[in-house]
Order: sequence, then C-alpha cells, then structure tokens
Amino acid sequence: MILDSKIPAGPLAEKWTKHKFTSKLVNPANKRKYEVIVVGTGLAGASAAASLAELGYNVKAFCFQDSPRRAHSIAAQGGINAAKNYQNDGDSVYRLFYDTIKGGDYRAREANVYRLAEVSVNIIDQCVAQGVPFAREYGGLLANRSFGGAQVSRTFYARGQTGQQLLLGAYSALSRQVANGKVKLYPRTEMMDVVTVDGHAQGIVTRNLITGAIETHAAHAVLLCTGGYGNVFFLSTNAMGSNVTAAWRAHKKGAHFANPCYTQIHPTCIPVSGDHQSKLTLMSESLRNDGRVWVPKTVAMAEKLRKGEIRPRDIQEEDRDYYLERKYPSFGNLVPRDVASRNAKYVCDEGRGVNETGEAVFLDFRDAINRDSEATIRARYGNLFDMYQQITGENPYQTPMKIYPAVHYTMGGLWVDYNLMTSVPGLYALGEANFSDHGANRLGASALMQGLADGYFVIPYTLGDYLAGLGTKPVDTNHPEFEKAVKGVKDKISKLLGIKGTKSVDYFHKKLGKIMWNDCGMARTAEGLTRAKAEIKALRAEFWKDVKVLGENEELNQSLEKAHRVADFLELGELMVDDALNRNESCGGHFREEYQTPEGEALRDDENFAYVAAWKYQGDEQEELLEKEPLVFENVKLTQRSYK
Amino acid sequence: MKLTLKVWRQKNNADKGGFVSYPLDGISTDMSFLEMLDVLNEELTEKGEDPVHFDHDCREGICGMCSLYINGKPHGPQQTTTCQLHMRSFNDGDTITIEPWRAAAFPVVKDLVVDRSAFDRIIQSGGYVSVNTGGVPDANEIPIPKTIADEAFDAATCIGCGACVAACKNASAMLFTSAKISQLAMLPQGKVERKARAEKMIAQMDAEGFGACTNTGACSAECPKGISLTNIARMNREYFSAVLSSENV
Repeated sequence: MILDSKIPAGPLAEKWTKHKFTSKLVNPANKRKYEVIVVGTGLAGASAAASLAELGYNVKAFCFQDSPRRAHSIAAQGGINAAKNYQNDGDSVYRLFYDTIKGGDYRAREANVYRLAEVSVNIIDQCVAQGVPFAREYGGLLANRSFGGAQVSRTFYARGQTGQQLLLGAYSALSRQVANGKVKLYPRTEMMDVVTVDGHAQGIVTRNLITGAIETHAAHAVLLCTGGYGNVFFLSTNAMGSNVTAAWRAHKKGAHFANPCYTQIHPTCIPVSGDHQSKLTLMSESLRNDGRVWVPKTVAMAEKLRKGEIRPRDIQEEDRDYYLERKYPSFGNLVPRDVASRNAKYVCDEGRGVNETGEAVFLDFRDAINRDSEATIRARYGNLFDMYQQITGENPYQTPMKIYPAVHYTMGGLWVDYNLMTSVPGLYALGEANFSDHGANRLGASALMQGLADGYFVIPYTLGDYLAGLGTKPVDTNHPEFEKAVKGVKDKISKLLGIKGTKSVDYFHKKLGKIMWNDCGMARTAEGLTRAKAEIKALRAEFWKDVKVLGENEELNQSLEKAHRVADFLELGELMVDDALNRNESCGGHFREEYQTPEGEALRDDENFAYVAAWKYQGDEQEELLEKEPLVFENVKLTQRSYK
Repeated sequence: MKLTLKVWRQKNNADKGGFVSYPLDGISTDMSFLEMLDVLNEELTEKGEDPVHFDHDCREGICGMCSLYINGKPHGPQQTTTCQLHMRSFNDGDTITIEPWRAAAFPVVKDLVVDRSAFDRIIQSGGYVSVNTGGVPDANEIPIPKTIADEAFDAATCIGCGACVAACKNASAMLFTSAKISQLAMLPQGKVERKARAEKMIAQMDAEGFGACTNTGACSAECPKGISLTNIARMNREYFSAVLSSENV
C-alpha cells in the first residue's frame, strides 16, 4: 500500500481554502442519519464532539475518567499560540508556520502545519466567545507573552492554567450538546478495540469500568482523540491513566503508526526523589524567562553539594557554570526544549548534577529577584513556586529550584492524511494521538493549538467529505465482526486474570520504563537500542507468564485496567526502539549519539531520512513493516537549526 | 515512617462497607499521599488481597479526580488536593483515617471511589455560553476590564473535585455551582443567558439532592483552589434577580 497524504495541490496559502471548497458536504437533513464515535474528551475530543454535534451528527463520546473534564489537556500550563499579531511585533500565519516547521526539525508536513497556523487565529476567537478568561491588559484587550524561545509574543494564556481553561471551554460546549441530546456521554468507559467491516472502521468495543460489561457501539466513523503515549516510560508528566491502548488497538487493526520514536523530553520538571515516585511534575517553561540554569564548574564541588557539605548559595559566581548561556549566547536559557534537555543530561553525565541522585540542575531566580523584586517574581510565578515548595519542601525564593528533564509529549502517533484519517478508512486520529504537525520536536504552547485546531476547525470539514461518500445506510452491531472483536477482548481479559503470577502490573511497568528511559530516552545509540529490544521482548514474555492481576472482570478493577494498558505499552516500546534504530540520524527529540555535529548538536540526514516512518502491524511477534511517506518541502529551505 | 491506616472498604454500592486497618512501614516523607497508597496497594497485591480503589489521574493538582476524606477533612490537613499532599505533613506513628466523600448526591462506587456525575449534569443544565463553533467575533472585539477578567478567572479555576460538598455538613453544592454562574455572569459573553443559567443550574443542583447553604464557609476553607464565598453571594443575587422576571423554569 502506498500512503497517500492527500495534500491538496496549489500554493501553500490556498490549499486549505481550496480543499474546504472541494470537499463534499452532507445535506443538513442527512446529518442526523450519521453516527460518529469520539474516543477521548480532551481538547481534541471535546472540541470535535461538540462541533460535530452542533452540525447535526449524532455523537457518542467516551472517556475512561469519571468526567470528560478530567482529560489530561487540563494540566497544560503555559499557553496557546496563535498568529494574531495583536502585539504588532511581526508575527504572521507564515511566521508561525515557519517557526513550527523549523522547531520540528523539518520532519513535519508543510501543508498540515500551514493549516494549523492558519486556523490558530479562529481558536482564540472561539474560546473568548465561550467565556474562557484569558489574561488581559489594563485596556481590556488580550495579553500575550513570548514562550518557548519564540521571538514574537504570540502566546495567549490564563495564568499558569491555560489548558484547564481551554478544556473547560470545550467541556462546556460538549455539555451543551449533551443537554441538547446530540451527544451521549460514556464516562468511566475504556475503548478495547476498533471494529472494521469491509476495511472500514464501523464501531468500537468498550469495557464499562464499573460493571466490567463489554459493550459494542456502531458508527459511520470513529475518531480517536486519545492523547499520547509518554507513559510507556512509566515516569512522565502524563496523567496516571494516560495510555496508548486505543491507538495501539487501532494500529493492530491496520492503522499505521508514524514516527513512534519522536518523544519530547521537557527540560524543566521536578527531579525524581526516589523509587516510590509515581509521576513527574512539570514546572512551566515560562520559568526559563527569568530563571538561570547552572551547575558547579567542577565535579568536586558538585559532590560536596550532593553530600550536603555546602549549600548552593555558598558557590561563588566564578565557580558556577551557566552552561546554556555559555554555549548558546543568543538564546541562552530560552533554547528549545530538546536542546535544553540534552545539555542538562550532559552536565549530569559529567558528574556535575546537584541533588542526591546526581540528576538535577539548578534553575536560579536569585538574579531575577535582585533585579525585579520578590513581589514581581511572585506575581509572575507564584502558583508554580508554591507547587514546587509543596512537592519538594524547599523554598525557591531562597534557594534555587532543582530541575531535570522528563518525558512530556509524544510527537509520534497514528499516521493520518491531510484529512486526519488514518490508513483505515473511517478511522480518524486527532490531537496528540496523531503524528502530523510537530515533526520531531514540538514547540511550547503548540499542543493546545493543535488539539483545538483538529477538533474545532479541521474535522468538521474533512469528516463530512468522507461521510457524504458513504451514503446514509444505518450501521448496527449485528455484523459478525463485532462478535469477533468482543470475543477477542473477553479472551484477553480471561487470559490476564488467569495468569495468577507473582508480580504486580506496576513491577512490569516500572521495568519497561527504565529500559525505555535508559536506551530510548534523551540520547540513543544503536548498541543501546539493540539491547533494549531484547530486554523488552523478554519482559513482555515474562509479563504474560507471571503477572498478577487480582479480582474479577465484573467490578471496578483498577489492576485489570492497568494490566491492559501495560500489555500494550510492552508492544509499543519495541516499535519505538525499532523506529529509533531505523532512523540513522538525529533530529529534534530523537538524538542518536552516532549522528552529531562536532559541537554536539543534532545532525540530520535530509537526503536519506526526510520521510515519515509509518509502521504497519504484521501480526503478533512479527517484525513490523516500514512504509515511507516522503516529506516534500516546497516553501522552506532546510537548514541546520542553530540557537547560538 | 510507620503508620496505621484506617481505610474505608466497600465492595460496591450495594455493600454496607466498613473500616479496615492496615499497618504500613517504610514510608518516606518525600512521598505524596497517593504514592503512600501505591505502596499499600503493592503490599496488598503481594498478599493476594484486593487493592484499595481510589480515584486519581493527573497527580498535579488540576484534574480534580482525587477525592479522599483524610482525618475528617477533604484532601487532608492542607488546603490542597490529595495528590499534592505529602507525607511530611504527617508524623511517624500516626493513625490516618481515609474515607470517601460522604454525600447522598455522590454515591460510593467502590472503596474510596464515588460517582460525581451530578456535577456534570449541573454544568449540562446551563454552565456554558450558547455559541456554536465558527462565526464568532474577533477575540479583541469586546474589551473586558482586567479586574473583571481576573475575577472571572478566579471563579473559573474550580476543578470540580467535590471537596466543597464533602466539607459541608449539608452536602451543599453551592460553591461549585456558584463558581460557574459567577464566571459567566461577570463576562460580557455570558451575560446574555445569565438569568436562565442561574435558574436552570440551581434547579438542577436541587434535583440532584445536594443540601442547602447555611453560610458556614467550610466549603471555601477546604477548597483546594480557594474559590471564594463571594461567588455564592453573587449567585444568590443572580438567582433572585432572575426569578423576579422568570419565564424560564
């Protein structure tokens, strides 16, 4: 099969307008004859479900949490980008497009990214109309800030809780459609499989998490808005429940999985404090606007710090290494996430880490407080400083914060064409669940933008085109494919409950996380990846022999829920390793130590690797098949990213 | 640290439920409260006993999913969510009592997990601005004074965890409902529907079986996001002005 990205012809700036016009429309009277399933209720899912219901489609929305408002989009702190150019500082749709393509290290599709930049302006209008309380200036107009190294101020924000406010906006639109009877909600329900009939997605199998009931739902189209797979690393900034199950089951039903090795490691997270740790907490990137990153110049001094013999304040200016300012004088502490993370790893690998585990660097506000006063810093970051103190017990106004990179976002995901359709007709992927817009590295404040762009402004057009071509024949769950899928799900549950082994699900998850972090994390080598592949295979075999899942299916059973998710992570992990091994270059978040410039920066190989790696499932314990979608750049010139 | 946990165990909604005591050793003060429960659950799994079920997700204090009633207080001794509570707030040798939210409108699902879908239904009854996607004015078309926008934001930070209900002796949901009514009543975008919204949301709140407000302020004192009682006063004003000219409910 040749993957057809279906990118419309014509000049970049006209593609989307033209495409919207040439897409087929569904007659208003016919829209009510279509059923659409939306899995996941984060920014992408809630906005898609609400917008499609407003158009007249019958929508069923599913989430595993107790309420759609809990989806992990809610935790996004920093902001949302939009090319409004309200600040008159030179921003434009083209500049946002260019920054996103470059920031992604030239591994994203031009047409998708341009469309994203184009609709970004509509998102802000929409959210304001819903009553989202963005930050404002005294004149009453919207405030902006510069974020994540962007040289224009295009980020809209609501204090440090932008994701929460945007999600609650989308949730309110969704709730309105629930009240109107156009959306039926299924909370505490997990998708267990996609059902395809004659090659088209026609429904899903779900498990009611309270009763354990296995149920079937038929629809003309299925939208997966199920987020990313960062929890394959066990420790990440993702919510505890975030998982790859829906996307992975879709993959096993024929949807290609693209660029799985592209993961984003966020530079400013609270470091790991011990083996008990269950998750990592992000400290917003905005802190790097005022905080200075440093470690001691010498290993000896770092050792003294680790032993508690000296305090950070005892270290004189000349003994501190502000390594980002030293290496990248023009961007300094504001270099993109991948660069900042990698450099933190380097200095810690040299033995200059500053906490007991040796895996932390300082983020110091001393100079900012001396310059602007403590009150000013409190007004800017008060909630973040409080959160830091709550978790670590240290006061960041008096002693520098300790930070370390942590897994935060996954750029890879289900392969989709320009219409956001996966390689299975009728099956779509939106938001972080797809691979399409961020290339090999996502810029700050772009995840919220993409989730809402997909849900509010892209899918309402592209889904209509597919449905109009289907005809209005009703769908139902009587087809034997549903029965087959239900049997598969039930067999898997019985198998998991029947192993009655000796080790908990978390035991396997933590082990997998360590393998992934050590060998498929911030820096990767062919040797490490090869080792990881073998270790994951062995761990997966052990899981299916020795996992201990207590209780029964017919009740709320959190161990069983986790077991399903970890079983899928154990398969995904291997594919991530395969993808990282295949990509013999460094780009964005994917850093292969063999491929770097003399200065230690990522060295791309555009001649051989300017493509999307889309993997096709071939069967249990079979190597997956790699299919390539070449990336064609007609508008931007590929350059070495430089932040010096 | 060595602890004794008194945990509410209840197999399902039909079960009567009761406390079970668990001794727990080797707890570090750096652990979060939920990580301490993870340790307990690993031990229970090891012994072949059903782990304690509790709701949690983001573990960074914003999703509103965690919901434990700890030593007689929602989210425990500090004004934060349970996931942000750390064991350094407790002492070696402590006995810690852990219960689910107690409210008729929040039935227990299992152990410490309750059903808070009543909150979703309150929002569905009117907690939104009725605009469809597309066709809205430019975001800067209507200036909003910064002070108003900030106050609306403060109300909008409610995470819907239900601590207000759990803290209230009447299990009232006034703080939750008023936060949404306030946010939208203050903003020009929400003013168009403010009367109908206040009436409908309050009618739904009552229909769900939440209790009345007696102004003790326990809700706000225990709210992890510090949602102010002023919102309840504002909601009452909204409601009275709405019913005087009501054609809605």
